[in-house]
Amino acid sequence: MMRYFLLINLLWVSLSFSPAFAKTPSSTPSTKQLKADLDQLKKDYQKRTKELESRLNDVEQANDEAEDNLDQLAIDVSQQSNQKSASTFNPAIGVVLNGRFVNYKNGSKYVFPGFFMGPESGPGSQGFQLGESELNMSANIDDKFFGSSTISFGGGGAAVEEAFIQTLSLGHGLGLKAGRFFSDIGYLTNKHTHTDDFANRPLPYEAFLGGQYGDDGIQATWLAPTKLYWESGTEIYRGDSFPAAGAANSGAGVWTAFTHVGGDIGLSHSWRAGLSYMHADVRDRQSSTANSTDHFTGISQLTIADFVYKWAPQGNRSEQELKLQGEYLFRNEAGTFSDTNLTNAKLDRNQDGWYLQAVYQFTQQWRLGVRTSRLTSGQLPSQFDGSLLDGLNHSPTQQSIMMDWSNSEFSRVRLQADANNLNGKPYNVYTLQYIVAFGAHGAHSY
Amino acid sequence: MFKKIMMLTVVIIGIQSNVALANINVFTCEPEWNALVKELGGNKVDSFSATNGLQDPHHIQARPGLISKMRKADLLVCSGAGLEVGWLPVLLRRASNPKLAVNQPGYFFAADYVKLLGIPKEIDRSQGDVHAAGNPHIQTSPKNIALVAKALVKRMKKIDPENAGYYQQNTDNFLKRWKQSMRKWKKQLKPFKGATFVVQHDSWDYLMDFAHFEQVATIEEKPGIPPSSGHLSNLLKQLKGNPADIIIHAGYQDKRASEWLSGRSGIKAVTLPFTVGGDDKAQDLFSLYDETFSVLTKALTH
Repeated sequence: MMRYFLLINLLWVSLSFSPAFAKTPSSTPSTKQLKADLDQLKKDYQKRTKELESRLNDVEQANDEAEDNLDQLAIDVSQQSNQKSASTFNPAIGVVLNGRFVNYKNGSKYVFPGFFMGPESGPGSQGFQLGESELNMSANIDDKFFGSSTISFGGGGAAVEEAFIQTLSLGHGLGLKAGRFFSDIGYLTNKHTHTDDFANRPLPYEAFLGGQYGDDGIQATWLAPTKLYWESGTEIYRGDSFPAAGAANSGAGVWTAFTHVGGDIGLSHSWRAGLSYMHADVRDRQSSTANSTDHFTGISQLTIADFVYKWAPQGNRSEQELKLQGEYLFRNEAGTFSDTNLTNAKLDRNQDGWYLQAVYQFTQQWRLGVRTSRLTSGQLPSQFDGSLLDGLNHSPTQQSIMMDWSNSEFSRVRLQADANNLNGKPYNVYTLQYIVAFGAHGAHSY
Repeated sequence: MFKKIMMLTVVIIGIQSNVALANINVFTCEPEWNALVKELGGNKVDSFSATNGLQDPHHIQARPGLISKMRKADLLVCSGAGLEVGWLPVLLRRASNPKLAVNQPGYFFAADYVKLLGIPKEIDRSQGDVHAAGNPHIQTSPKNIALVAKALVKRMKKIDPENAGYYQQNTDNFLKRWKQSMRKWKKQLKPFKGATFVVQHDSWDYLMDFAHFEQVATIEEKPGIPPSSGHLSNLLKQLKGNPADIIIHAGYQDKRASEWLSGRSGIKAVTLPFTVGGDDKAQDLFSLYDETFSVLTKALTH
């Protein structure tokens, strides 16, 4: 603006003092004189144009120098950042929509013989269904606390999936969390299923945790001041969710402990490994997969070893990434079991399971993944033959392959095929799924 | 047994702990701020960058290695304006470091100190991954580097008042050399004023502003979404009717689309470093722009 103003001024000044306009015709001039005048005029103009050009250059230079004057710019900016903080939206609201179409052979049963199953296991009914869709609201409450609540829709209706507060800056690597939240044991437990690489959780997660463990409780974590990432923590929960039941010990029926280590290797590789333990006091747990006369009361102990490794060329994961992930779960349940034939039969049994998966993102939008998972139901005395806990000498297995396409970071369409051999009668499950997120930008958790 | 484990733990922690020799431990999100911190802090800072010049700063995960680095930091220096929104808040929560809490001197966002361009009139993700606060890629203009340096040194002096004089002296020295370089770059770019550009991603707004270039098209139809073949052929049609002077993309971006467009339209396509470490020559802030502008002027001269 300043520059144009100066230019107009210069032009006006030069024009008003121009000799061509100042001269008045005196008498009738000869052709020769006219020509001479014209030449003079031309010369004057050339001179003036040159002068103007050089003055224009000066002005431009002055403007460049004005641009160099950084203090001037800094003042403008301080006003801008004030405006920005006033208009920042709080809280962050995000919505995840998840839907699927599932197809498998009629009459195929999603039961793991020998396993006492929790709710929400299995591929659900056939055909179209709403997957886990959710509404999340979160915000820094103040400089000390963060709060987040997630309401999930789908299946039965709306439910509070998570609602917790978390400390932001206790210092010394300490963190506290309270409310309803997913446990940090294992790798997959605290992940919301819409961030998973497969449409369903692997068999050991379904069998031992009912997909994932979340309950009302409190958590303390400590991040060691080491070069290597090393975080440990412990949790106490009410004990109302599978595999616990009955909110034992006056509503503190579950405790956990976990430790995770991890880091980077060069630019392209990163990893994390962990060991976790969960101790659940189970009061009168009913099975969701058989008739309701099956009851278990006792102690359920779960140990999880997990690892994840990721590779991306130069760490640039927007184009290409390979992710390897595996977990081993070992469970001991000791207590009493009752059903229509047995009354308080003594039970002490070890069971285990594992899965291993690889997901390769080969272009910006396409990913391909394979996964294998397996369960071992464990030995039992013959008095349990024919009961829900009878493993029928069969180890449930599942092989999965999936391919997904993401138009942007916020939308994904996935096709998955599972080859299930859960009870000796193999069958396939095909799932077509969409997952989209809108509103607040989701977190890129590791 | 327990005693032995405890002792072992103590020993491991002892070995692992980084004996802090530097006065300020800095966690930067992007390599340009890492380079700037080193210019201003000299040997009194220990600085680390969460991303390198060949990574897309939008798509970083809250990796374990980053969490443990952030736990020990005294100062956080990031671009801000939503660039790190997917991973920085998670890191901050996990690291639980009170020095980096909001409103602490250790919480520094460069975008708060420059005039932001490209603030969208309408925020709708059908337009792609739009940044509501404005374009966060502020390091593409040398002018912004100087503005950030002036604000950053104030924070460093606050965090480590003992060495305030040292930081100020480094900054004065840096700004003096920077201004000289800026004049040199402006002179170098002057003949190409008004040159027309096709860019891969909307990440060069500040360069366009600094050098008085004109951005006429974007290869990514919408930010963060790879171009469709339909968009590319429309773009080609547009460029055949109304050719641009040059096509540019950053070192970390997939160059296939811009090479395809270059091959069909005959417009030269070049890779620019985008940030420090974006190519072999861009090793600090000075060489970043030296390299960027020499690649550009060379390509625009032919």
